[in-house]
Amino acid sequence: MTLNINKLNFSYPDGHVALKNISLRIGRGEKVALVGPNGAGKSTLLLHLNGLLVGQGEVKINGFAVTKSNLPLIRAKVGLVFQNPDDQLFSPTVFEDVAFGPLHMGLSESETLTCVQRALSQVDMSHYADRMSYHLSIGEKKRISIATVLSMNPEILVLDEPSAGLDPRARRTLITLLRNLPLTMLVSTHDMLMVRENFPRMIIMDEGQVIADGATESLMNDIALLEAHGLERPFDVESKA
Amino acid sequence: MHPTLLDRYQLKNSSIHRLDPRLKVVVTIFFIISNVSLPDGAWGAFLLAWGVILSVSFMALLGISYTAKRAMIVLPFTLTAVTIIFTMPGNSLLTLPFGSYELTDAGLMRFVSIIIRSWLSLQMAILLTATTSFVDLMHALRCLYVPQTIIEIVSFMYRYLFVLTDETTRLLRARESRMAALPDRKGGGSLMWRARVAGHMVGQLFLRSYERADRVYNAMLARGYNSQLSHPVACPFMRSQDWTSGAVAVAILFLLQIVGRF
Ligand SMILES: Nc1ncnc2c1ncn2[C@@H]1O[C@H](COP(=O)(O)OP(=O)(O)OP(=O)(O)O)[C@@H](O)[C@H]1O
Ligand SMILES: [Mg+2]
Repeated sequence: MTLNINKLNFSYPDGHVALKNISLRIGRGEKVALVGPNGAGKSTLLLHLNGLLVGQGEVKINGFAVTKSNLPLIRAKVGLVFQNPDDQLFSPTVFEDVAFGPLHMGLSESETLTCVQRALSQVDMSHYADRMSYHLSIGEKKRISIATVLSMNPEILVLDEPSAGLDPRARRTLITLLRNLPLTMLVSTHDMLMVRENFPRMIIMDEGQVIADGATESLMNDIALLEAHGLERPFDVESKA
Repeated sequence: MHPTLLDRYQLKNSSIHRLDPRLKVVVTIFFIISNVSLPDGAWGAFLLAWGVILSVSFMALLGISYTAKRAMIVLPFTLTAVTIIFTMPGNSLLTLPFGSYELTDAGLMRFVSIIIRSWLSLQMAILLTATTSFVDLMHALRCLYVPQTIIEIVSFMYRYLFVLTDETTRLLRARESRMAALPDRKGGGSLMWRARVAGHMVGQLFLRSYERADRVYNAMLARGYNSQLSHPVACPFMRSQDWTSGAVAVAILFLLQIVGRF
């Protein structure tokens, strides 16, 4: 198993219980969507995957527990992109931000350059390398954010609402990119159309718990289940539009 | 760094918390003035003042060492007074081997007294902020006719401190999230590079807090904030327990001065 979570519980310092007894396993190369209403605990769960939050229970990546001593290795395996791109970017220019990961891992300058160029072109932002990251539009920042982890060649891609705020063309680029990348993926999203297109497996979360975990095709047909958890079948969205 | 760490207010329900904020502000100010005006070496009065602080902490359910520990932060600042040890005329205790500096007893006594006075005064201020919420504190200042401008400056500083810590947390977490290593490579980058990244982050912090503060201000304007507007303030009457506590405070202040001077 590439990713193994066993009975994970987490409460925020203010006492709010955000994750209740989460268990799930994701195999190599699987592409899994994480859906659920606002406040379900999706972002909280994703932050556990590279040790930014630590709850009670077990989180294992490639068999390694997420513990303090393993963190640097785990962060090279798990590329996590925050929901809010301002949480992701911290360097003055786009280039420096995308180059941070590879340089920190000890890649040489020429290797880093290759990684950065490839990552930027994957999200269609090659010409942005010298821009100031702080003054980009939200959608541009989101795409740069994804590039900052793609440049690190992760094995597992963990994205928090990657398609929110993207224009249709950027969204299409993202969907194609995610479909073609041969990586293990866990992607939280409200974009049900993207889920149907890209993710064969779907996990529904609500109130800190895993409600359902199974094939997207069958869960999408359970309209009662979807509606009970604030979701919509993408077909219905289409016909309304 | 968690934002709530900044907020010194301890949400408890004690008799001290329930006192009128105006009374607490005035008593704190007079206590600090009294402290500062105690003569050098008034050890008895210093001890008594500390006893008062400890009893109030106890009554406010803060725990005995709450203020004492936090007030240690004043110690580095008192170092600015260290030269007084050598410049005060008095009996020489020790002559330094270089120059002609003489350590005098009066100088030493004044220096120690300065440290104690600062430490005690800060403890009293900590007590005030731990038992009075920020909103109540500002309201009390308004009722005490402190100019609106000053109150606004204080409130803005307070609000923007959160913006600043918030941005710092986000930047640090963003970097931490990508501090990865490969098993077969020496990572971490060169010292120069790390220093440059850290330097850039400080620059980002300034830029981001500045712009976020700007957005906060715009949001306030959009919701009808007008700095010219002087808010009508309703100041409640002091209750009888407030007057009693005030009287006790005055008595203690007199006692402190008598113990300190005679
Ligand atoms: N720092 C925090 N402190 C306290 N509670 C928090 C904190 N962050 C999130 N929460 C709470 O934890 C719960 C889960 O939040 P989380 O951000 O994981 O939701 P989410 O599923 O990602 O929602 P969304 O779809 O809106 O992104 C929410 O009820 C939220 O209020
Ligand atoms: Mg979220």
